This record gives sequence, C-alpha cells and structure tokens, in this order.
Amino acid sequence: MTLLSVRNLRVTFDTESGPVEAVRGVSFDLGRERLGIVGESGSGKTMTGRSVLRLIRPPGRIDADAMTFDGIDIKTATETQMRGLRGRRMAMVMQDPKYSLNPVMKVGAQLMEGLRLRDKAGRAEARAKAVAALDAVQIRDTARVMEAYPHELSGGMGQRVMLAMMLIPNPDLLIADEPTSALDVTVQAEVLSILDRLVRDRGMGLIFISHDLRLVARFCDRVLVMYKGRVVEEIAARDLLKAKHPYTQGLLNCLPRIGGNRGPLPGLDRNAAWAT
Amino acid sequence: MIEIDNLSVTYTTAGRRVRAVENVSLTVTAKASFGLVGESGSGKSTILRAICGLAPISGGTIRIGGVEVKSPRSKDFAAQVQMVFQDPYASLHPRHTIDRTLSEPLAIHGIKDTDLRVRSALSDVGLPGNFRFRYPHQLSGGQRQRVAIARALMLQPQILLLDEPTSALDASVQAEVLNLLSRLREARGLTFLMVSHDLAVIDHMCDRILVMQHGRAVEELSREALAGAQMTTDYARSLFNASADRMLEG
Repeated sequence: MTLLSVRNLRVTFDTESGPVEAVRGVSFDLGRERLGIVGESGSGKTMTGRSVLRLIRPPGRIDADAMTFDGIDIKTATETQMRGLRGRRMAMVMQDPKYSLNPVMKVGAQLMEGLRLRDKAGRAEARAKAVAALDAVQIRDTARVMEAYPHELSGGMGQRVMLAMMLIPNPDLLIADEPTSALDVTVQAEVLSILDRLVRDRGMGLIFISHDLRLVARFCDRVLVMYKGRVVEEIAARDLLKAKHPYTQGLLNCLPRIGGNRGPLPGLDRNAAWAT
Repeated sequence: MIEIDNLSVTYTTAGRRVRAVENVSLTVTAKASFGLVGESGSGKSTILRAICGLAPISGGTIRIGGVEVKSPRSKDFAAQVQMVFQDPYASLHPRHTIDRTLSEPLAIHGIKDTDLRVRSALSDVGLPGNFRFRYPHQLSGGQRQRVAIARALMLQPQILLLDEPTSALDASVQAEVLNLLSRLREARGLTFLMVSHDLAVIDHMCDRILVMQHGRAVEELSREALAGAQMTTDYARSLFNASADRMLEG
C-alpha cells in the first residue's frame, strides 16, 4: 500500500545568478516502511524531505509531475488543507533541538500547546497526554522535564522531547532529518531504537534523512542515495555492501573502520556525469 | 611527551561543585597518537582544555616534555602545544581574513617571513593560495577546519590537541581531514592527543585509547585490543557495540 508517492520532484531556487536546482527529478514511493535518504551536504536530501510537507519558502519553488499523500494531491492542496496535514498526519523531526524548541517556553507547555489548540484538549488531559508522550520516548523523570526549559536538557533529552512532540498526534508519516547526528553514539543507538519501536508499533511510514550510510543501513528497509539533487542509486539496505554505483561505494569506503587498515582513507570520487 | 598525573577539574556553578574530571592519569609518548573516547559530559574535552589552561585544575599535575606547565601558560607553551577545536564555524574569527588569522600567532611570537609562512601553511593543508584573503564565511566546513589546522601549525608545535576535529563534517570531508592529519603527523613527527566520540575514527588515528565515563578513566586499551574486542569493562564494550561501524556486520 502506497502512503506517499513522488514523481519527478524538482526544487528550484531563483537567485541573482539564475535558477539553482537543489532537487532535480526525484521519484519514489513509500509504504508503511522505513526509507533512508543519504547524501553529502548539498545533495538535496533535506529539500526532498521538506518538499513533502511543502515547507519550502519563496524564492524556492516545488515542481513535480505528481505528489500524493494517502490520495491527497500535495501539489494542489490549499494552504489550509496543508496545515491540516502537517503535524496531524505528517510530521518532521529536525536536526538540532537547540534551534527547534522554543528557548523561552517550558518543555511541558510546548508539548501541551498543540494538544490544547489542535485537539482542543483540556488542561489536565493535555498534561496527561504530554507526560505519556515523554514516557513513550523513555524519559524517566517526566516531572522534571515538563518543568524544564530546553537549555536545561542535554542534546539527547532535547531530541527525545522533539520526537515526543511529533508523535503526539500519531502521524502516518514521519520525516526525520538527521535526528541523531547531534548525539553521542550510545544516546544515538537509544534514540534510534525508540524511533524503530514507535514506527513498528504504530505502523508509520518513515523517511530517515542522514549523511551516515552505516546508520541508515542498519535502520532502514530501503535507501535512496542522492548526489547533486538526483537519486543515483536505490537499494535495499541489506544489499548495501553490494552497492553498484561508485558514489555509494565511495560513501561507504571513506568511513574508517575499527580494526581496518590505517592507510589513507579513499577520497570520494565525484564524477560530474552522475549528476546528469 | 605529555604526562598527566591524577588530574582533577572542578567547576563551581550556582554554588554547586561539579567534578568534570576526577583523578585521571595518562601518558603520551613522543610522536605517538593517543585517543580519548566517551559520551558528552565524560570529561574528555575538559582534559584538553585543562592542558591549555582553559579549565580550572583542582588537583594533579600536567607535564609537557618532562616540565610541569606554568599558570598562566607561557608563550613557549603555545609554541609547543596547539589545539584544534570541534566547531570550525565557531573557532575562527568571523571578521578576520584567513591571512590575519594565520599571521597573528607569528606577530605575537615575533617571527619574520610572514608572507612565506602563510603561503606555505595554506599549501600544507591543501588550500589554494588565493584563500588567504577570504573570510571564514566564504569557506565550507571542511575548508575552515583545514584553516584551523593550518593556524595550529603556524608556530610549528610538537603537540596537537584535537578536540573532535571531524565531528562537524560530512563523512567524505571527514576522510579528507583525517588523511591530512595523518600526513602532517608523519611529515612533522607530531604527537597527537585526540578526542572523539566515534570509536572508528579514534581507532583509525590512534595507537592507544582511553575510555572515559562521568569524568573518570574507565579503561585504557591498545589499538589491537580494541580491534580484537578485548575490553574488560562493560562500559567500553557497550561503547564498542553501539559504534556505527559495527552496524553493518550485525
């Protein structure tokens, strides 16, 4: 069953020196599964994620032959329809909790705000649901976290708070943009397993955006490798070591390995022809 | 080369005493490369900062080349030990050109031939000469980290303290910067003390590894012991198992 279908997506920014295409003809289908999008900075992976929510501001433009989410045409939906979808049915977790949470509002108030305004929940009900959401992401002392300001939390905690916030409305599609790159390996493993369990239990579709190919390989069912705004390879995560495309192989080989040889790491070969 | 004996660092915040580092000892021999790993808050960066005099030392001694460091750190110390910071966006002065950033240490230490030295410093880290007159915002993250490395090498120190030098960079750029560091270490006989949360990076760069948790030393491992998974403490093992590098095999 296809939840999200994207055909020939293009994101163009009009700049003084002419149009710049950040995403150039990306197509994919997503069911209730975990799809990884991998690439270096500037490969268009974040822009692809944001386009799905139509979160690209002018001068950026989104073009696509088709873009549908659960039968709804995202291309032609009105802004009011989109607002109804965002958060409620498709949510996005951003990279850095430092910049994505409101610094002058307590965590509890931020979690309850959506429940109060969107779901018209009463104060006590909103509070109970917010605490339950923090529980779901394995935060132990929920009472302290509810009363804390974002700067009083560690990076891993902040990331879990954002995850909790996005999961409250029980969305069908979750887009996670580098959700763990600001975290330590041990915390990273923990946040990923939380995310994994939530996706399985609730049957969500997940788009996982990252520059770390190994992480994506462990965590996703399928991987899109992007280079300069194009998908150069689509591959099942378990076959990643057998990747055909030289760019995918390059991304894998440039990572140091424990117990690997200590010669110079192979540089990433960037061939302009792959981008056409 | 670097001898740290029973080092403790204590911060006082809002009347509360926080012991960031507790009784850590380590020895780095000349031309060796030593790695510190652990989660954030384990005190690994604090050790580097304490060596440079950027953290309040509450106990223990630090000796460089057999001589105990003086407080405040002297000019000679700067000529011997330099640090590269994690975030290349924050560690370069945004309103100084690369030329000014690189010539400042020379001016402070009264070293002549500024022009020649700046040019060779840029070429040593693989940047084109015309980058001299750029500002940091005109460079990419990897290029900035190269400038930070060039700056650290201006006084030709023997010791480089590297605080997560590649964690702000893409995987492919990380490979380039790690290769650059290995090449410079080889060519100049540098001693590295490197901090990272990525075991694979530490393993690639270092001969000995100290695992830290909550400000304490947990376990010291040789590179062979790490690769052979011969750690004896549970914490070191959990760090090893959580390493992204292990995921592909799992």
